[in-house]
Amino acid sequence: MTSKRPGRRDFLKGGAAVAGGLTLGAVAPVVGQTPASPPMIKEDADQIAYGGRSKHVTSVRIPHGGRPSPDNFGLTFHVASPLQDSVGVITPSSLHYYATTRGAFLPDIDPREHTLMIHGLVDRPLTFSMEDLKRLPSVTRLHFIECAGNRASARQRTVQETHGMTSCAEWTGVLLSVLLKECGLKGSATWFVAEGTEEVKGASSMPIAKAMDDCLVAYGMNGEAVRPQNGFPLRLMVPGFEGIFHTKWLRRIKLVDRYYMNYNDFGHLDQDPKVAALEYQIGPKSVITYPSGGQQLRGRGFYEISGLAWSGGGAIRRVEVSTDNGKSWKNAEIKGTAQRMAHTRFGLPWNWDGTETVIMSRCTDELGQVQPTRAQVAAHWNVPLDPSYSVPGLDNTIFPWRIASDGSVQNGRA
Amino acid sequence: MGACRMGALRVLLLVLLMGAAALAQGPTYGVGRTPSAEEVRALDISIGPTGQELPPGRGTAKEGALVYRAKGCAGCHGAGGTGGRAPVLKARLGPEADTWRRGRVLPVRSPFATTVWDYINRGMPLNAEGTLTPDEVYALTAYLLSINGVIPEDMVLDQESLPKVKMPLGDAYADLPEWKPKTRRLPGYPY
Repeated sequence: MTSKRPGRRDFLKGGAAVAGGLTLGAVAPVVGQTPASPPMIKEDADQIAYGGRSKHVTSVRIPHGGRPSPDNFGLTFHVASPLQDSVGVITPSSLHYYATTRGAFLPDIDPREHTLMIHGLVDRPLTFSMEDLKRLPSVTRLHFIECAGNRASARQRTVQETHGMTSCAEWTGVLLSVLLKECGLKGSATWFVAEGTEEVKGASSMPIAKAMDDCLVAYGMNGEAVRPQNGFPLRLMVPGFEGIFHTKWLRRIKLVDRYYMNYNDFGHLDQDPKVAALEYQIGPKSVITYPSGGQQLRGRGFYEISGLAWSGGGAIRRVEVSTDNGKSWKNAEIKGTAQRMAHTRFGLPWNWDGTETVIMSRCTDELGQVQPTRAQVAAHWNVPLDPSYSVPGLDNTIFPWRIASDGSVQNGRA
Repeated sequence: MGACRMGALRVLLLVLLMGAAALAQGPTYGVGRTPSAEEVRALDISIGPTGQELPPGRGTAKEGALVYRAKGCAGCHGAGGTGGRAPVLKARLGPEADTWRRGRVLPVRSPFATTVWDYINRGMPLNAEGTLTPDEVYALTAYLLSINGVIPEDMVLDQESLPKVKMPLGDAYADLPEWKPKTRRLPGYPY
């Protein structure tokens, strides 16, 4: 089914004649008459106090990974963000993905009661109230978070299903290094354990070098307090590391002299040091969000291909897009300034000729790490590439979308 | 410039450096309060591999089997640690099998028995976390280690014996690489 509607190029070629046609087609204005008004949204006190979105905007999160959230116990497991509807790089807090290790209830924390205790191998253990933390010098940074389970399969249909376990927000808080200097680190402190307030008190071990580099004790998210689902009132940001390290509802940090082998740490154990290394910092990754699975192109012509790129290794330096199944690649435009460990929006102007094709993106980060194909990863590890091959570490491989001649978009791995 | 002058400069530099070091060790902002030792003890539920944080208490596998029943553990984990919806607690393969092939079963694959104690204590039972007594946690840990053939059924676990339990994995697991800023996630890995 090829649409008869003109593409943008034809539109531009048509120039003034088309523009004139539009005027003729519109209702002829009568002098002194105001245009008809749309129906009104009835405002109530709640809408004045805290505005909502239009009822015509229906983009929502969905449970991820085949387990309901909340489940029969009321536990939340994994919830994916609707990347197919995203624009720009900031995920609205209401649509930010979230995940818990085993399924968790959402703690309802009174910020006046909440404290962060830092202790262990420090000269001065300290307990900070929320007020204390807000007195200290703050930083505001864009950072993505991504769940280690954000792994595309051939069965999934939409980009929300294949890639929705990542989001990006503007986080505000105090650098962990500031707090640790306030406590005075002992020389023997080589690791730290961060722990949450939720019922399972999730805890992970992390290297002290990361703490001193860029970890952020965040109380702000997208211009307001961190949302409960993302750790209110306090969340540890560990930029570029797998999502599980970004401890929500942060209540305690303990400085220790070894990997502490918490339950979460035990879950990361591996036989192969190379695989273990890949389950830590996230590699360069990108995906096209428009057009993406389940969407429909309305005929041939102009489309701006749009997508997101990110890396745990730093800022995105380059994004390339292929519209011919990987045979040739074009540099995409990076929108705005690429931030370190943050989603980066890219775009590529494209004229679709109406024939079936496969589109995909690949990115390169500031360290020169390049997003690989599944075949490249399999070749690197010298294993056969079959449809069930699971790449080691967080899956950052190139992901294809197939565009059928009727304009429908499907999972290119299906 | 004479040697003497050089020496004086060096001393001055040294004094300045020492001053800076001394400053760096003091608090900069004076914000936050000092928690009492009791407060730290109450909040510090991290039990590391040496077990130095373990509280007094004791328990055996036999006692643990009773606690397992009484606390409803079987409701999620199945009778005897298998067949439930929650993670499996008894490996299908016995101690004769390679530990990595016995699956991601906490009382089998964890390199330290302290991890088992720590997780039961902090995270179990569902919806009633933090209600188990130290004796009950020692007993449950002994039960889980015993049904997986890690310790004998009659072994008493306490502050002293628990950290000394020889776990089947030993040190047959990979250490994480030393993380440095602005470094690839794995040296030599281009992706």
